[in-house]
Amino acid sequence: MPVLNNSTHRPRLSLGPLLYLWPREQVLDFYAEMLDTPVDVIYLGETICSKRRQLRPEDYWEIAERITAAGKQAVISTLALIESDGELKTLKRICDDQRFLIEAGDLAALDFLEGRPFVAGHSINLYNQRTLSFLAKRGLKRWVLPVELGRETATALIQSRPDGVECELFAFGRLPLAYSARCFTAYNRNLGKDDCQFCCGDYPDGLVISTQDNVSFLALNGIQTQSASTHNLLSALDEVSRLGVDLLRISPQSQHTADIVRVFADCLTGDLDPAAGTAQLAGWAPTGLCDGYWSGQAGIASVLMAPKR
Amino acid sequence: MELVCPAGNLPMLKAAVDHGANAVYLGFRDDTNARHFAGLNFGDKQIREGLAYAHDRKVKVFVAINTYAQPNGWERWTAAVDRAVDLGVDAIILADMGVLDYAAERYPNVNLHLSVQGSATNPAAINFMQRHFGIKRVVVPRVLSLAQVAHLIRETSVPVEIFGFGSLCVMVEGRCLLSSYATGQSPNTYGACSPAAHVEWRDTPLGQETRLGGILIERRSHAEAAGYPTLCKGRYQVAGELRHAIEEPTSLNTLDILPDILAAGVSAIKIEGRQRSTRYVSQIARVWREAIDTCQRNPQGFRAKESWHQVLAQVSEGAQTTIGPYERTWH
Repeated sequence: MPVLNNSTHRPRLSLGPLLYLWPREQVLDFYAEMLDTPVDVIYLGETICSKRRQLRPEDYWEIAERITAAGKQAVISTLALIESDGELKTLKRICDDQRFLIEAGDLAALDFLEGRPFVAGHSINLYNQRTLSFLAKRGLKRWVLPVELGRETATALIQSRPDGVECELFAFGRLPLAYSARCFTAYNRNLGKDDCQFCCGDYPDGLVISTQDNVSFLALNGIQTQSASTHNLLSALDEVSRLGVDLLRISPQSQHTADIVRVFADCLTGDLDPAAGTAQLAGWAPTGLCDGYWSGQAGIASVLMAPKR
Repeated sequence: MELVCPAGNLPMLKAAVDHGANAVYLGFRDDTNARHFAGLNFGDKQIREGLAYAHDRKVKVFVAINTYAQPNGWERWTAAVDRAVDLGVDAIILADMGVLDYAAERYPNVNLHLSVQGSATNPAAINFMQRHFGIKRVVVPRVLSLAQVAHLIRETSVPVEIFGFGSLCVMVEGRCLLSSYATGQSPNTYGACSPAAHVEWRDTPLGQETRLGGILIERRSHAEAAGYPTLCKGRYQVAGELRHAIEEPTSLNTLDILPDILAAGVSAIKIEGRQRSTRYVSQIARVWREAIDTCQRNPQGFRAKESWHQVLAQVSEGAQTTIGPYERTWH
């Protein structure tokens, strides 16, 4: 019987949920385009703001059916912050549907998903083995490493993970850093949250804020705060492959997402060198790349991409 | 309704007890708690003395072990739980599901509170924590309006503690990585937001600059007062305009809505500020004790005294206070 050599293990690619508010037609076109890309898993669903209703759960389920028909795995992602009763009811309705795997964004989803297979998203605080084994006993099949954790913790968790539990890394995209009750996009447009006029729709990759000495620092996306720099782990591709990481997540952006997926895929098959791939990715990141978290440093730092001394 | 006050050291604990706290909370001298600051927190000797002092006066002592353990260092968190239990504290405030699982399994009779860092903002999240870890109280993040707090209390049997006064976190606690994005260390991983070693103050011709991890998070005129250097309260450029893009340097003060808090069924009010002074906790505990007692005697007739506000304003960080997320207009 052939035995898979560890050195040949390669992670698969996933597409994270769309974090921004785009027009409905653009979203539908985007997912149609993604069906033709070499991602194995597509996460979809509203994870940021319950007021965004251009697409309802029924719309996402319909897209998920198409994803499944195209031979990919569809995973329904859920809100990262649940405050209101209405949000909780919608979450319950999503979790009651049994057709697709569901990614928990808030602890509330763990309550509803317990006892059936589920994914813990990066906004679930899974920092150690005991949490991993606790959630595995409740049905966890895959977890996305919280984005501030790096190789040291990833390695220890992967080595001790229960059988059948997959590890996914947030590998490309503006980092999801924080959530609030306040809508920062509306706040900066001097609008109240209850009268937001869906102004986050004006910023298809988030509203960048810069320091007083002109460094692009953060990107505001409704109640979510992201990094302005785009986190990129392509430079660590060989290392994460050796570690046994199962999935690398690419977070959608308004331009070049399909190109980005193809660069990752070409590097995975060996058709493209990660350094050359990273150079291409740099041209598509709205305000530069970063990767410090993977090395246990400030997330904004570029460690992997720094020139070797 | 219980008044829960901060204690960064033994004199603060005694001051809180003397001035009317029903409970004090504290941490050990390491990264197992979310106020991991140099010179702050308790060794066993101080805790024993503090426990005796508090218990003699019928005041409870809670220990916060409310950061997130990683594989390298896990034993520090379990040892902290063991230590808190051995010391005989009245409750342990935890955030990490793994640490909660350890504590609930090993010490089924010990009171566990879910820390604000545990990020439970709705009944389903709280019920999950109650079902698995038997939590006896939940401290809810500063994201809910008071109406939402009241609804939450109706929907769960776990007593609810809210923050009433002190520094205001704008983000959901336990899920804010802004500090580690700039410095590599966050409340979750290190027990501090904006760790002092990464903060730099500099006088320049353009003004006084605050840098965090080398990033310019504020530049103010020399006349303006500097607050705690959190990057969420700095001024940034947004579409060509310089502004507080996330939050102004305000602090939370809910004194004016105390009757509504009481009516909502809140079990305990927490005062932030273990990193502050003995004077701070003395003043705050005295005002809040008087306010809570006054309000409980006659909620309908309650009106916060101007003298209370004056005392609180003197010890507040920043010039302004806000009712914060409890009022919907803040959102």
